[in-house]
Amino acid sequence: MTRVLVLGATSAIAQQLARAYAERGAALFLVARNEQRLSAVADDLRVRGAQVQTAVADLDDPAAHEELIVGAAPLEIVFLAYGVLGDARETERSAEAAEAVLRSNLLRPISLLTRAATLLEAQRGGCIVALASVAGDRGRASNAVYGASKAGLAAFLSGLRNRLARSGVRVITVKPGLVDTPMTGHLSKNRLYTSPERVARDVIRAVDGRSDVVYTPWWWRWVMLVLRLIPEPVFKRLSL
Amino acid sequence: MQPLESWGRYPPARQAAVSVRWRSDPLPRVHGTLLPFGQGRSYGDCCLNEGGTLLATSRLDRFIEFDPEQGVLRCEAGVRLGDILAFAVPRGFFLPVVPGTRFVSVGGAIANDIHGKNHFRAGTFGCHVRRLELLRSSGERAVCSPAANAELFAATVAGLGLTGLVTWAELQLRPVQGPFVESETVPFHGLSEFFALDADSSQRFEYTVAWIDPRPRGLRGLYFRGDHSTRAGKTKPPRPAAAFPLDLPAFAVSGPTVAAFDALYYARGRLRAGRRLLRHAPFFFPLDGLGRWNRVYGKRGLLQFQCVVPDQDAVQALLDRTASSGLRSSLAVLKTFGDVPSPGMLSFPREGATLSLDFPNLGPQVFALLDALEAIVHDAGGAVYPAKDARMSAATFAAAYPRLAEFERYVDPGFSSSLWRRVRGA
Repeated sequence: MTRVLVLGATSAIAQQLARAYAERGAALFLVARNEQRLSAVADDLRVRGAQVQTAVADLDDPAAHEELIVGAAPLEIVFLAYGVLGDARETERSAEAAEAVLRSNLLRPISLLTRAATLLEAQRGGCIVALASVAGDRGRASNAVYGASKAGLAAFLSGLRNRLARSGVRVITVKPGLVDTPMTGHLSKNRLYTSPERVARDVIRAVDGRSDVVYTPWWWRWVMLVLRLIPEPVFKRLSL
Repeated sequence: MQPLESWGRYPPARQAAVSVRWRSDPLPRVHGTLLPFGQGRSYGDCCLNEGGTLLATSRLDRFIEFDPEQGVLRCEAGVRLGDILAFAVPRGFFLPVVPGTRFVSVGGAIANDIHGKNHFRAGTFGCHVRRLELLRSSGERAVCSPAANAELFAATVAGLGLTGLVTWAELQLRPVQGPFVESETVPFHGLSEFFALDADSSQRFEYTVAWIDPRPRGLRGLYFRGDHSTRAGKTKPPRPAAAFPLDLPAFAVSGPTVAAFDALYYARGRLRAGRRLLRHAPFFFPLDGLGRWNRVYGKRGLLQFQCVVPDQDAVQALLDRTASSGLRSSLAVLKTFGDVPSPGMLSFPREGATLSLDFPNLGPQVFALLDALEAIVHDAGGAVYPAKDARMSAATFAAAYPRLAEFERYVDPGFSSSLWRRVRGA
């Protein structure tokens, strides 16, 4: 039975991913902050065929990290869907707000994944999957801090992958584009938006296959390639 | 994300929308009124709230509890019936009532107290709702059932979303042995033949429905009847349908194209007449094979008219009036309802024949025809179906729904809809 740890289990993408594993009859360990929401997600997954354990925890608090990871062992898949978008305008003005975004999107994930890496390395197998973002591929005025946090996370994941490859542990970096989730609930949607279902489908394909870095939907890889190729003297004048 | 519109895409309406993602959350605080919006599969304006706010429930899509012994499923109100079937059929259960599309939400099925091709046996969807939770704008949560809060339950079933937000519902499923339906197609000519076939078939089959081609030279049609097969088999999830890719111009669905389609469809039906073993999706949900098929009718949309009338004469009068208008219905469906009592104060199904006609929105000439059809229904003592309606007058509504005054006592003051303001003359 596949054993999956979901960090940030009430996120829209995590719920969809967990459903797919529930239908495969997996054992799921769900971690989230809000107890009522977590139990709604857990009940759904149980009905769909999963064995479910839950832990209510604020992942912003690193004190709980060790116990959460060790308590869920042994594990095949660690899925990190925990993160915040932050208010871009506020992070421009307030260093505290910027730090909070970096803490939730970079420092705490590193803390969690470092522990997960130790565990999987000792098991000599398994898979770490973490949600980065296309926003990390190039910093833009509209979300510089969020982009920085996700760029940092992507760099960390790349290093981790390199380190764990010898132990047979996989590390998958997922870079979603714009996804219609509560994180973006306040933004008006356009045709570039994709559904959490689609993201979950692409993640599962990556886990079942061999990909290391997944853009979802796939065409963001080429959009971001083009964006990265724009020379800085030009890029800095664009309003993006 | 699609802007929220009804399936008929008429009338256009401007309103805000808030996604409800957790059943434990309170209702959002907004200016103006709220209205739950499920999958946008009702045709007219009963799922619209011009100037107000829609509570989009598509993310309230979680199962809560399933009892595999009794076949009782508790789930959130935004779960689609197709998701329930995908879950239940491999476990040996089926929904006791399904409409013509599997893409409706549980909340929508309750709010419109929908019916299927087996009304004469199973009654409406609401007959199989054991309990539901209603979240009112006061913040109060009420668990309603035929036994507890019975009046609020009877108001909420077929309550058009006006009594509050249904957060979850508990449904009684029925056992089935496999994913197949033993179906039979019988071509027929004339209304009398339809009624004779129907009287006979409803004794022997669980599901019955007829597609009709009301052509000027004389009505003809295909009568479909079927039963759940006892044959076991693996459930194949229906393939996700390709969506119709563009809005056709309004004239695409006009007399000659419809006549050609009807002739082809009838010919195909005749070729395939007789008994066949089908998977449940093509039997119950033939139109789901083409996603977003409402785009065939263009940006101005379509108007569906569905009514129930007591007898064959009234059906004949409706078809005659349509024929004399020079307009041709692009899709006409005829069924009968039995005498199973409907549980909702505003439930549409009642004993008689139910006819539904689709028309592209060609403006005044279609509106004039719909007014005339409505008058025939009114005079015959029938009813127009709010879930399909964009036009009915307050008088027609009040005449067809005698428990209206009783219902009004249970309307949540924080909820309203475009349809409600229209039919209440407010």
